[in-house]
Order: sequence, then structure tokens, then C-alpha cells
Amino acid sequence: MSKLVYLIPLFPLLGFLINGLGRKQLSKSLIGIVGSGAVLASFVVSVLVFLDVKSNGASVVTLFPFIDVKGLVIPFAFQVDQLSSLFLLIITGIGFLIHLYSTAYMHEEENQHYGRYFAYLNLFVFSMLLLILGSNYVIMFIGWEGVGLCSYLLIGYWFKNNDYNYAAKKAFIMNRIGDLGFLLAVFWLIFKLGTATYTDVFSAASLAKLSAFDITAITTLLFVGAMGKSAQIPLYTWLPDAMAGPTPVSALIHAATMVTAGIYMIARSNILYTMAPGTQTLVAIVGLSTAIFAATIALKQNDIKKVLAYSTVSQLGYMFLGLGVGAYTGAVFHVMTHAFFKALLFLGAGSVIHAMHHEQDIRKMGGLKKHLPITHITFLLACLAIAGIPPFSGFFSKDEILMAAYGKNPLYYYVGLGGALMTAFYMFRLYTLTFLGGFRGTHEQEHHLHESPAAMTIPLIVLAFLSVVGGLIGIPELFAKDAHSLEHFLAPIFAGSAAIAEAHHVEASQEWILLGVSTVLIIAVIVYAVNSFKKYQADGAENSGVAKLLENKWYVDELYNAVIVNPLHLLAGFFKNIIEKNLIDGAVNGVGRLVGYGSRQLRLIQSGQVGNYLIIMVLAIVVFILIWFNDLTIVYYLTRLFKMA
Amino acid sequence: MPIQYYIYLSLALFSIGIIGVLTRRNAIIVFMCIELMLNSVNLLLVAFSKMHLAFATANDKLATTVGTDGQLFVFFIMVVAAAEVSVGLAIIVMLYRNTHSVDINFLNRLKN
Repeated sequence: MSKLVYLIPLFPLLGFLINGLGRKQLSKSLIGIVGSGAVLASFVVSVLVFLDVKSNGASVVTLFPFIDVKGLVIPFAFQVDQLSSLFLLIITGIGFLIHLYSTAYMHEEENQHYGRYFAYLNLFVFSMLLLILGSNYVIMFIGWEGVGLCSYLLIGYWFKNNDYNYAAKKAFIMNRIGDLGFLLAVFWLIFKLGTATYTDVFSAASLAKLSAFDITAITTLLFVGAMGKSAQIPLYTWLPDAMAGPTPVSALIHAATMVTAGIYMIARSNILYTMAPGTQTLVAIVGLSTAIFAATIALKQNDIKKVLAYSTVSQLGYMFLGLGVGAYTGAVFHVMTHAFFKALLFLGAGSVIHAMHHEQDIRKMGGLKKHLPITHITFLLACLAIAGIPPFSGFFSKDEILMAAYGKNPLYYYVGLGGALMTAFYMFRLYTLTFLGGFRGTHEQEHHLHESPAAMTIPLIVLAFLSVVGGLIGIPELFAKDAHSLEHFLAPIFAGSAAIAEAHHVEASQEWILLGVSTVLIIAVIVYAVNSFKKYQADGAENSGVAKLLENKWYVDELYNAVIVNPLHLLAGFFKNIIEKNLIDGAVNGVGRLVGYGSRQLRLIQSGQVGNYLIIMVLAIVVFILIWFNDLTIVYYLTRLFKMA
Repeated sequence: MPIQYYIYLSLALFSIGIIGVLTRRNAIIVFMCIELMLNSVNLLLVAFSKMHLAFATANDKLATTVGTDGQLFVFFIMVVAAAEVSVGLAIIVMLYRNTHSVDINFLNRLKN
């Protein structure tokens, strides 16, 4: 079955080609069927591969040699193991639901743009699958770049709006900065080990073929790549701006693809990271500070998608915290549960936006509970899951990460818990403002409120089901012995790390206390948030102090503009107006003038006098002969000739 | 006869040819001087080929064909020179018909 793994990325690629080339000819329903069907087919194969891996274990499928130069062999091979098959399920499964949802959500688009949308979406899934499946860092890098490109194309999907184009460019450039780090790390690996294949690299690393400095540098550079792709401080600002794309695209970027790439890469390279404790601490600290920082920003955002975007950044921070403290299973677990409830939140938000006729400001919503019953229920379940209420899925995964963080350093736990409380607060602020209270929009909007069609609600229901029960595959030791089936499943991937690093165990009694206290605190925060926003009326008052700071996202974008973007613009202006005008143009024109002057002078030689030509010819021949025998041989022969006489 | 004599004669003929080409204005004389240079080279080729044969037969009686390629060159040069003369003279005749002169200093129409 593993032999058929190449079909998984092939289907979306075919879907991309068919929809991309036939976007003007195919009808909308056909485009939707091709686009969704391709991903559904991948999902079916993924399930088969997953079951195969579960019973028969991991394998590597080599398709053809990709790069084969002296001493460096990079095959185009797919790594089929527990980690990649799990990610395959997440990507294709949630990807399919998002495709299905898009067929209804994007239905107002023109035919050819509809086709373009699905082509990009399929290419996105294809790139992500390539990233996951590649058996070495080079193949991963192809997918890594592919998702960057597709995010650019999809964020700038409505390319007639210049702000959206700007957001797309921002995403692309931020990603490129991270990609540079990734690329340098790959070069470093190839330079030191002569290979980029996972199995070779990891075995070489465990045999201590890399010095401590090399490992630290490589892991740090890889982490820079992950910062860009997974939106960590300081490269996170593109993700909230990526809201410019259509809402299902946000769901795809935030849940199934793109941002999970960084987590996957570090989980894949877990041995390297375990051997570099310095980098691990860096990862944990960056993750934790991103989690807190983004959560504070989310507290004060008024755009429904912006809140969700910052919550994604924050949740990604938790995943990196998990990776940093060595809870690799926890991080992957959180990727999975987060994919469920974040996709659900975005699709729910899309449903709300659809019903509100493209209004995204939550201050102008409210009371949607009775108009959008299915969206309301599913959204509430997702909020409970992300807030970490037992027994919803987010509780288990977040708890696993935080417990591992407590074992490593209790400070991590307390700060992380603070972030979790903020998560609960802003999610229920969002929920209350959107669904509870009275309607605050215009009468016309209220008149048109309607529940979304079945193609949009079915994905919501499926995802809601997964968000509720998804956590049950990772029940901690505390509740039941050996019930953490995910950990058993992934154990072969993280075995190398587990052998090196000692696990930090928290006493059972202490864990009970922490769990109880955190759950009580979260519930209290939720009750407080619901109560304080239930009767919210827009008063139009300006925020001041810290609130204003948070509403403006700590002015990070402005800071980046002032420190990096504007100096770059100035430098570019300097080069454009001074260097190019004078130096470059001067050099180019100077060469032209020199040639013109030279040829005017040379023209005088062509006098037309045959005698002149002959003299020049003879002189030239003499000169050539002298050059040829420049060691005076000719003089030697001539003197010999005349001496003999 | 020592080979040096042939070389002296050839050098003299070649120098006369060059000086004639460079100094004379009459196209026919220039032409003759070119022929003179060609023939000085021919003379040298024949002389060297004879010398080569003489050295070879001194060592080995059967080496009777050594040096013949030098003389073959001479025939080639003579054939090419004959062809060149026929073309060159035709050009000079046409020149005279058009300009009533064979002075090469008049032939400056190609300039610029």
C-alpha cells in the first residue's frame, strides 16, 4: 500500500492542472467537483497508507533520483512513517472539508476566478503534501517554497485591491526571510555530512559526527525557517495580514497547511533539537513569548478574522513551547486538535461573514444565535475546545504541553497558563459579541440573515465532532493507564530523543491540583467574559492607554516600518536617484561615447590609398613575426646565416 | 653549391619585391613585384628540397623521394600565381578602360 503513496500528492497536482488550464471552459460545478474530488481521493489513499503504517510500520518509497552529483545523492523519495501519515490525514481530511466549504462560499465569483481559486487551493495542498512526504530536507524545501508561493497567490486572490496585494507581498517576503535560514541550515548539513536524507542525518547526529556548535547553528537556522513559516516572533506579522484572502483560505493556512510546516519540521528533526539544549531553550522562549504576545493583541481586536488570526499565532506559540520543552508528541497532538477547532472557527467565521454580507466587525454583529443555529452551536464547541475545557480536544493537547513545560520549568507553566486564560477571554469575547445579545447591524442586514447552505454546514458539523472527541486519542496517564494512543503511535519517531533526554515527570497529586486550578480559572474567565460583553453597545469611545496599545497591535507593524521598511525605502531611493542616475547610467553612456570617439579616430586609417594599406600590411606581418619569435631566435638564425658565408 | 647562396638570392629577390610593392605607383609594376616575391619563395623551396634529398641519400641510398613535397608546393604556387595573374591583369585592364590610368594612388574610391 505504501507503494501507492505517490498518488497522494499526484491527485491535487492533477486537480491544479485541470482547473488551472480549463478555468475558462469548465463549468463551476465541474471545477468544484474536480477540486474537491482530487483532495478527497488523496484523503482516501492517505487513510489506506495510515492503516498500512499502523500495521506494517514505516518505509521509504524512492521514486527517482532527483540530484545525483559527485558525492551528493538526493533521491526524490517519500518518507512514509507515523508522523507523516498522521499529517497526511490532517492535511487531506481538513483540506477536503475546506474545499467542500469553498464550493458554496466562493460561488459568487466569476467562472474563471472560481477555477483559479480551486487551482491555487489544490496547488497549496500539493505543496504541503510534498513538504510532509519528502524523505530529505531538499524535497521538504520544495514543498516549503511551494506553500509560500501558494499563500502569496491566495492572499492576493482579490488582486484588484492594492491592500490585499500588499498583504500578499508581506507574507511572501516574511516567508523568504525564514526560508533563507532554512536553506542555510540545509547547506550546512550537506557541507558537514554530505547528505540531506533524514535517516542519514539523524543517525550521523546520534553518532556525534556533528560538533555541538554545528548542531546548535543548524537547529537555530532551521528554527528561523520555522519562525517565518509558522509565524513566530519576530516574523509573525504576515499571518494576521493574511486575512486579506478569502476566509476558507485562512482556514487552510491556519489549520491544515502552511503554519504547521514549522512544527512538522522541528518534530521531524527532534533528535537534532534534543541534542542542542541551547536551541531548545530558544524555541521554548520564543514560543512562549509569541503565545503571550499574540494573546494580548487578540484581546482588543474587533475584526472577527483578526481575533482568530492572533489566536492562531498564540496557539502556534504553545506548539513551539511544547517542542522546546521536549514534548514532541504534545506539540503534534496540539497541531492536530488545533487543526480541528481552528478550521472550524474560521469556517464558522466565514459562515457569519457570508450571512452578514461581508461585514467583519464584531461590534456590528450580535444576536446571531437564533439566525444561524448550526454555525452558533459548532462555533461554541470550537470556543470551548480552544479554551481548554475538559473533555474537549484542546484541553488534552494544551494540558500535555503545559505539564511538560511545568516539568521543565514551572515558570513556563505559569506564563503559559496566563496565555491560556487570555485565550479563553478573547474567544468568549468574540463568541459573545457575535452570537449573544441584540443585533447591532443595520436593518437591511438583519433582514437578510440566513443560515448557510449544506455544503458549508456539513464541514462545520464534521469539524465540530472532531473538535469534541479529537482529544480522546491522547488521554494522559493521569486519567487512565496507557490510554495515550497517539503517544504509542508516534513513539518510533521520537524514540531517539526519548533515549537522550530524561522525561520530566510531574507528581500525580500536583498534576491534579494544577489541572483543577487551571480549569476553574478558565471557567471563571469565560463566565466573566460572557457577562461583561453580553450587554455590549458600541459607544464609539476611543480606547486609551494599554487598550489602545493592544488595539494597535503594540505598534509592531509601525516599528517594523520605521526600523526596517523605511530605511530600506530610503536606501532604495538613494540607489535609484543617485547611484543609478550617475554611476550606472554614466558608465553605460561613457562606454557608448568611448566607442563612438574611438571609431571616429579609427575611421581615418581607411584612407583608400592602396599604398598605405600595403605598408600597414607589411608592418603588421613584421610585427607578428617578431612577436612569434620574441626570444630573438630570428636574430640568432640571421647571424648564423651570415657567419657561415 | 652551398645552400647559403640560394638563401641570399631569395632574400634579395624578396626584399626587391617588398620595396617595389611599397614604393611603386604603377599597378603593373606592383604586380610584377608580387610575382617576384612568390618566385623567391619558390626558389627557396626548391633549394631546400634538393638539400633535404642530398642529406637523406647520404644516409640511405633508397631514400629517393625525400623532399619532393617541397617541389610539389612550388607547382601549387605557380598554378595559383598564374590564376592570380589572369584575374589581376583583367582587373588592371578594366581599371585602365575606366580611368585611363593604372596609378594606384587614384584607386581611393573605397575610402570611408
